[in-house]
Amino acid sequence: MGIEVVVEGLTKSFGKQSIWRDVSLTLPAGEVSVMLGPSGTGKTVFLKSLIGLLKPEKGRVLINGVDMVNSPERDIYETRKLFGLMFQDGALFGSMSLFDNIAFPLREHTRKKESEIRRIVMERIEVVGLLGAEGKLPGEISGGMRKRAGLARALVLDPQIILCDEPDSGLDPVRTAYISQLLIDLNAQLDATMLIVTHNLDIAATVPDNMGMLFLRELVTFGPREVLLTSDEPVVSQFLGGRREGPIGMSEEKDAATLAAEADAAPSAPAAPRVIVPQLEPSPGLPPRRAAARRRERVMGMIDSLPPAARSAIRETYAKGSEAATLPMPTAGSGA
Amino acid sequence: MITGALRQTGRLFALAAEVVRAVFRRPFQFREFVEQFWFVASVTILPAALVSIPFGAVIALQVGSLTEQLGAQSFTGGASVLAVVQQASPLIVALLIAGAGGSAICADLGSRRIREELDAMEVMGVSPVQRLVVPRVLAAMGVAVLLNGLVSVVGILGGYFFNVIMQGGTPGAYLASFSALAQLPDLYVSELKALVFGFIAGIVAAYRGLNPRGGPKGVGDAVNQSVVITFLLLFFVNMVMTAVYLQIVPPKGG
Repeated sequence: MGIEVVVEGLTKSFGKQSIWRDVSLTLPAGEVSVMLGPSGTGKTVFLKSLIGLLKPEKGRVLINGVDMVNSPERDIYETRKLFGLMFQDGALFGSMSLFDNIAFPLREHTRKKESEIRRIVMERIEVVGLLGAEGKLPGEISGGMRKRAGLARALVLDPQIILCDEPDSGLDPVRTAYISQLLIDLNAQLDATMLIVTHNLDIAATVPDNMGMLFLRELVTFGPREVLLTSDEPVVSQFLGGRREGPIGMSEEKDAATLAAEADAAPSAPAAPRVIVPQLEPSPGLPPRRAAARRRERVMGMIDSLPPAARSAIRETYAKGSEAATLPMPTAGSGA
Repeated sequence: MITGALRQTGRLFALAAEVVRAVFRRPFQFREFVEQFWFVASVTILPAALVSIPFGAVIALQVGSLTEQLGAQSFTGGASVLAVVQQASPLIVALLIAGAGGSAICADLGSRRIREELDAMEVMGVSPVQRLVVPRVLAAMGVAVLLNGLVSVVGILGGYFFNVIMQGGTPGAYLASFSALAQLPDLYVSELKALVFGFIAGIVAAYRGLNPRGGPKGVGDAVNQSVVITFLLLFFVNMVMTAVYLQIVPPKGG
């Protein structure tokens, strides 16, 4: 089972520029969470802070009792072995073939025999659908393939916590759908805690158990997906609707005058009520996600503290219960 | 401004200390070390030999003409040899290690940094200092020491050739004055200098390479700076080491 990640009062700035303040949230063990946010709100910085690559000025990130912000470097290096991080553009080693790239963590951290390494690596390569490309250099393949190779490398040590930095950027909608399914399948197989940073609405709507959103140097909200999906907070509904009207401007926020002018102008077509798309299920043949049962228990336990809209949405989801729609998705990896 | 410079200096020393510590941490990256050793050697051997011939010649000619005016022509050999072994040779080695090897190391680490390869390595729990920097610094030091021997020999031969052939010196006087003035500690300090210079070149190159500022252009700037900073440090350290050496090792001729 995955490991719980507890973030308390995290504050980060670069020089005078504050990135976000006082972010507190808990990634429940084994569940899939998504962090949304307009471009440039420090989503990647947040990911890198979780893993200790960047040091926030205040706050703690607790994983298995190790604080990734303030603990000694030695403990942080040990704890990082629990992580798999998929970088935005793969961050593969340019001088190594895909095979060597994916085998790198195994060769560094385990004493496995070369034949065993080969077996594990080829298994992962098959999972992400890169069979046949293992001998190529990162410079010789497309951006989408680099991404998937980066994912395979992140998976090779069977991580307890998987972080994905914009798994969709640079991918077409079809490949994005495959990646979404792949992430859910991985969660079913590994039962790892996952955090996906993205601004892709399809992933946000179908993949996570929990969602959060960063905007204006704050964590707007974090909680079960229904909370965000039914939220009528202007920032959230603007973002999920992909509209121009709302507090998010071209460069971060709009000033009060622009907002007032917008309110006076004839209201554009009223936003259609958002429908909550059912969450993806693991591909047929895979075990059910163990996190789903745990989440159900957790969410039902806190349901009275949630806003009414979210409450009814959650009840509705769970009322459908076992006959939840399984989307006819082909198995991930074939041909993607 | 001043605090900025001090901060950079402090970080440079911190990296040096970290590298020294990481040298003794298992597992040692032997394969990477051999590859880097071979690379640094391959880019420095030929230029070093080619530079040291004219350098030995210049010293021989200059010293030769001076000693001739003073009427001490028979001591040309000793003087030029000491200059080559103690001063010229470690500096030539250091300039080439920094200029050819160090710049390549800096560019390599810098481009890995901006491609996030180093971040990826850290995320996988592998320390870039131990995995990449230590083998490179050790390779620079090792090549510097060995190259120093080569440059000394080639420089002395060049000086001998020009003194004997061009200036009409006698081979016997050259060799006799050589063994009259030169002593083994001259060679030791020469090799020690080469070792220290190789370390400095490696550390500075790694430091600038690990911290490029702002994208691909930053890597170019970092390479440029690493070579300049290394040169500045080298000449300063060389001055200190020479002064200390002259104080603690009595000259043979006196």
